[in-house]
Amino acid sequence: MNAVQRTFARVLLRLIFPCTDVTRLVSESMDGTLPFFKRLRVRSHLYLCVWCRRFSEQLSFLRDALRRHPERLEHQDIPPPSGLSPEARHRLKQALSSPER
Amino acid sequence: MDKEGLSDPRDWVDKHGDYLYRCAILRVRDQGVAEEIVQETFLAALQAKGRFAGQSTERSWLVGILKHKVVDHFRKSSREQTNPASDLAGSALPDLFDDSGHWKGEAAGPKEWANPSGAVDRKEFWEVMKRCLGELPPRSASVFSLREIDEVSSEEICAMLNLTKANLWVILHRARAQLRHCLEVHYLGRTG
Repeated sequence: MNAVQRTFARVLLRLIFPCTDVTRLVSESMDGTLPFFKRLRVRSHLYLCVWCRRFSEQLSFLRDALRRHPERLEHQDIPPPSGLSPEARHRLKQALSSPER
Repeated sequence: MDKEGLSDPRDWVDKHGDYLYRCAILRVRDQGVAEEIVQETFLAALQAKGRFAGQSTERSWLVGILKHKVVDHFRKSSREQTNPASDLAGSALPDLFDDSGHWKGEAAGPKEWANPSGAVDRKEFWEVMKRCLGELPPRSASVFSLREIDEVSSEEICAMLNLTKANLWVILHRARAQLRHCLEVHYLGRTG
C-alpha cells in the first residue's frame, strides 16, 4: 500500500467505524433505533465486512431461536436440582391445600 | 367447584411445580429465589383462579403469572442493588479485536454457521445453548433472559433494574457477544 492508499483506507475506516463499534451498535440496534447517520454507517460497514455481517446475522438468529422456542430451554433439566426441593414441594402443597376462598 | 379448564390447585405442585421452577431458575439463577417465585406464582394463581379465561392452557397461564413475579422480584431487588459495575465482572469472552478495533484475523472473526435453522430442532443445540447461558455472569444472564426470551422492552428493564440505558446496552452487548462466541466454538461453528 502506498501513502495515498493508506490515507484513503484510514479515512474510509473512520467513516464506517471499526468493528468494535459496529458490533456494539449492532447489538444496540436490537434494543432501540439508531440515529439515521449511525445506521447508515453501520450498514456501509456491514456491506464491506463479512465478519461483522455474520455477527449481526447470528445475533438475530439467536434472538429469533430463543423467542420462538423458549420452551426448549425450560424443558431442559437444569442441574442441580432440576426441580423443586422436597422441602419446597411440601411447603407449596400446604399453601395450596389451605381452605379455598 | 373449579371452573372448567383448571384442575384442582392441590394437584398443581405435582403437575407444574418442577416446570415452573425451571422457568424461574432460568431467569433468576438462585434456588431459594426461584422457589419463592414459584410459591408466589401459585398463590397469585389461587387468587386469580376465577379470572382464568380458558383461552390458554393451565400451564401457560401459570407461566404468564410467573413472568410477572420474576419482574416483581427484579424490581424489588434493584432497590437493594447498589453496584452496577458487578454486572460486568466475570465475562468469559476472549478479546477478539486488535488495537485498531478490528477482528484479529480469520481465527477471531465470526465463522459461517452450518445450517443454523436446522440446529434449533436438535436437542444438542439446546444443551449447548443452556451451557453457554450458564457461563454468563448471573445478573447479565437475568438481563439477557428478560430482553431476549421474555421480550421485555429496554425501557422497562432499565426502570426495573435501576440501570441507565448505556449500562444496559453494555450488559446486553457483552452477553450476546459471549453467547454467540460460545455457541460458535461449541456447536455451530464446528466443521465436519
